[in-house]
Amino acid sequence: MTMSMTLPDPSEPLLVYEDLNVWRGEAHVLHGVSFTVPTGRVTALLGRNGVGKTTTLLATLGLLPAGGRVSFAGTDLIGLPTHMIARLGIGYVPEDREVFSGLTVEENLRLAERQGEKPRYHLVFELFPDLALRRRQTAGTLSGGQQQMLSLARALLNPNRLLLIDEPTKGLAPIVVENLIEALSKAVGETTVVLVEQNLGVAAEVAEQAVVLDEGRVVFSGPMRQLVADSDLAGRLLGVSIR
Amino acid sequence: MRLRANAGTDRTVAVFVGLAGLLALLPTLDLTIPGIFNGPLSSPGTIQVVGIGLVFAALAVSYDVLFGYTGLLSFGHALPFALGVYGTNLLMLRSGMDYLPAAVVTLVGVVAVSVVLGSVALRTGGIAFAMVTLAFAESFSILVLTDPFRLFGGEEGLPLAVEHVPEAFRGVANVRNIYWLALSFLVGTFLVARRATTSRAGRVWEAIRENEARVELLGLRPFVFKLAAFVLASGLAAGAGAIHLLLVRGATAGVTTADFTLALLVMVVLGGPGRLWGAAIGGFVYGILTLRLSVVATSHVVASLPHWLAGPLSEPLFVLGVVFVLLVLFLPGGLVTLFDRLVGRLRRS
Amino acid sequence: MTTFILITVTGLGLAGLYFLLASGLSLIFGLMHVLNLAHGALFGLGGYTAWLVMDRLSVVHDPGLRFVIALLVAAAVGFGAGGVMERALIRRLYGRLVDQVLLTVGLGLALVALFGGLWGYDPLVLDQPRWFGEVTHVLGARIPNSRLLILLVALASFGGLLLFLDRTRHGLVIRAGVENPNMVRALGIDVERSFTLVFAVGGMLAAIGGTLGAVFFNGISPALGTNQLVFAFIVVVIGGMGSVAGTALGALLVALTQQYVNFYAATGLGDVAVVFLLALVLMIRPQGLLGKVAP
Repeated sequence: MTMSMTLPDPSEPLLVYEDLNVWRGEAHVLHGVSFTVPTGRVTALLGRNGVGKTTTLLATLGLLPAGGRVSFAGTDLIGLPTHMIARLGIGYVPEDREVFSGLTVEENLRLAERQGEKPRYHLVFELFPDLALRRRQTAGTLSGGQQQMLSLARALLNPNRLLLIDEPTKGLAPIVVENLIEALSKAVGETTVVLVEQNLGVAAEVAEQAVVLDEGRVVFSGPMRQLVADSDLAGRLLGVSIR
Repeated sequence: MRLRANAGTDRTVAVFVGLAGLLALLPTLDLTIPGIFNGPLSSPGTIQVVGIGLVFAALAVSYDVLFGYTGLLSFGHALPFALGVYGTNLLMLRSGMDYLPAAVVTLVGVVAVSVVLGSVALRTGGIAFAMVTLAFAESFSILVLTDPFRLFGGEEGLPLAVEHVPEAFRGVANVRNIYWLALSFLVGTFLVARRATTSRAGRVWEAIRENEARVELLGLRPFVFKLAAFVLASGLAAGAGAIHLLLVRGATAGVTTADFTLALLVMVVLGGPGRLWGAAIGGFVYGILTLRLSVVATSHVVASLPHWLAGPLSEPLFVLGVVFVLLVLFLPGGLVTLFDRLVGRLRRS
Repeated sequence: MTTFILITVTGLGLAGLYFLLASGLSLIFGLMHVLNLAHGALFGLGGYTAWLVMDRLSVVHDPGLRFVIALLVAAAVGFGAGGVMERALIRRLYGRLVDQVLLTVGLGLALVALFGGLWGYDPLVLDQPRWFGEVTHVLGARIPNSRLLILLVALASFGGLLLFLDRTRHGLVIRAGVENPNMVRALGIDVERSFTLVFAVGGMLAAIGGTLGAVFFNGISPALGTNQLVFAFIVVVIGGMGSVAGTALGALLVALTQQYVNFYAATGLGDVAVVFLLALVLMIRPQGLLGKVAP
C-alpha cells in the first residue's frame, strides 16, 4: 500500500486505558480498567459473557459515558463526541454487525466515506468480492456472513489507525469464519486492532497480545502465547479449556 | 433510605390532616385575598374556583398514578374524566336516575370501557401509546362536538339535570356542600392512590417505569400491571368528572378536548411527577391559575402595553405555555423540587 | 357518481395536507424519538405567514404570483422556525424523551395562544387568485381548482422529499439515522446536524401544509394546525414511524375513510371511523403498515 500516513512509532502504545469506570444505569460495569494496546499489533480482549468487553469498546467510542482516561495517540477520548472520536481514525465493527438493513450495500459503504480521505473501494472489493457483486442489494437481505463482511468493509474503507472489532465470528459457520479470518488478517496489516472474541482458537490465531477481563476488572494482560501455553490459567480465567 | 421514608410518613400524615382541615374551614372564613380572588373566601364565586382547584387536584393525582408512577404517557386522560361528566349527566337526563346511582353506574361503565381501551392501547408503548390514547380521547371529543346522535348538546354542552340532584347540592347557596364533597373526594382519591402506589403492585409500577424488561425477567407480566394502573386512574378520573359536573352545573365540551389532557399534563409536571402531593398541588395551582390568569390578562397593566405585547400577554394559555417551557427547561422535577431545595437549605442553615 | 369523484378528490386534497403535516412528525420521531406536539403550530405559522404576504404585499398585483411568493416565504419561515426550535430548545434536553415531549406541549400551547393574541380567533380568509374558485371538469365532476392545486403541491412535496432522502448525502444520513443513530456516529458522522435539518425540513413541509390548509379550510385560525395534528398522529402510527412511504399510505387511508364516512354515513362519524381504523391496524400490525419495528 502506498498510503501517505504518519507512520506509527512502534515503541509507543497507540491506546492507553487508565482507570476506566463505566456505569450502565445503576450497574457499575467497569471498575477501574487499565491496560495498553501496542501500536501495530492485534490485542485480543477476552473474558466470559457480561464481563465488560463490549462496554469497553463502547466507552472508547464515547457511546457510553465513562470516567477515567482513554488516550489515543496522545488525545484523551473521554468526553469527546463519538463522531469526533471516529474521525481521529478509529474504525468500529460492532457486535451483531449493525449494518443499515434498509440501505443497499453501496449506500452502507458510501455512508462510511469520510471527508478529506480517499475511500479504498478497490481494497474492500478485492477482499470481499461478494460485496462487489451485490452492490445494489439491500443489506437486510444479505446472509449473516455477508453482513459481517459489509460491517468489516465499512471499517476498512478508510485508512484507520485503530480498529475496534467486536466478536466478528459470532453465529457464523466454521467455513465462513475461516474465510473471514483470512481476509481480516490480510486487510489489517500494520493497523492496530482491539479484537473482542469468544472463540479462543480464533483469538490465538490472530492476536499477539491478550487482555482478560473478569467482572469489570483486568485479570490478565500479556502476550497471547503465555495465556495459550498455560491452559490452567486460561481455563480459570475464561471458563473454557483449549482442546 | 427506608428508615427515613418511614420517619417521613408520620410527618406527611400530620401535614396532610392539617391541610385537609384548613381547606375544610376555608369556605367559612371571611378573609379576602386581593389579587387572587375577587370576593371573600366565603363567597360562592370563590368557593367554586377553589372547589374546581380541588377537583383538578384529584384528577392530577389519578393521572400521576398512570404517568408519574407507571411511566405511561397517556394523552387521553381527559376521556375518563369527560365520560364521568357526560355519563352521569346523561343518565340523569335520559333515564331519570338520581345523582348518586347515576354517578356509580357511570363509574362502573368507565371502568369497563377503560379495560377495553387499555387492552388495545397497551399493545403499544412509549410515544405510540401517547398517540393512540390521544386518538381515543379525540374521537370522543369529536363525537361530542359534532353530535351526530343529538345526545351531547354539541359545543354548548348540557346543563346539569338539577331535578335529579339531591337538595343539598343544588343551587348557588349550597356550593359550600359541593366544595366539601370535592374535598372529601380529593382526600379519598389521595388515600386510594397512596395505598395503591405503596402496595406491591405500586412497586411493580415503578419498576416498569424504570425498566420494563427487567420486570418481565422476574416472571411478571407488565401488561396486567399497566392495565391495572390504567383502569384505576380512569375510575378515579370518572369520579372527579361526576363532581366537576356539580361544581360547574353542567357538562361542557371543553373537558373532552386534547387541550384539556395537555392541561392535565401541565398540572402534573407543574407539581412534580411521581409525587402524589406534588400532583395535587400542581392541579390545585393550575385550576386556580387558569381561572384567574384571565383577570391578570385583562388588567390595566397589560392593557397599557403596546399591542404586539399586550395581545399575547392577555392570552392565559400563552403565559401558561411559556411558564411550562421554562419549567421543563429549568425545573424538571416540578414545584416539589423547589420545595425540597428550600427544605434542604433550611436544614443546612 | 360525480359526487363520488368530488368527495374522492377532496379526500385526496385532505390526504395531501395530512401528509405534509405527518411526514415531518414521522421523520422527527423516527430519527430522534421526539413527538413534536408543537408541529401543528408550525402548520399555523405557515398559514399566518401566507396570509400576511397575501394581505400586505400589495406591490405584487397579480394574486397568482403573490400566492406563489406566499407559499415560498411560508416554506422558508417554516424551515427556519423548525431549525431554531431544535437548536434552541429541543437540543437542551437530549436523552430526556418525556421532557422533550413536555417542552413541545408548552411550546404548542404558547404558540397557538400567541397567534390568537396577535390575530384573533376568527378565521382569517386568504386573498386568493380568482382561478382558485373556478372549476375543472374531471370525469364529469366539477372540481374546484384549489383542490387540484393542493393535490399537485402535496404530490410535488412528496416527490421532492423522496428525492432528498434517496439521492442526497443528507438523506442517506437521515435514513441510516432512523435505523441506528449510534452506528452513524461511530462512522464519524455528526448526526446532531441531521437532527436540526430534519426539524427544519419538517417545519417547512408543515408550513407549506398550513398555506394550503388556509385555502382548503377557507381561512386560517390559531388552532387549525393543532386540530389536524391528532389526525397526523393517527396517520403516522398507521403508516409506521419513520417511513415516508408509510406516511403517504396512511394519509390516503385516513383522509379517504374520513371523507367517505362523513359524507355517506353522518358528519362526525368519519373522524370516529378513523380511530377504529387505527385500533384495527394496531391489533394486526402494532408497528404500522410499513413500519419495521414497534416503537
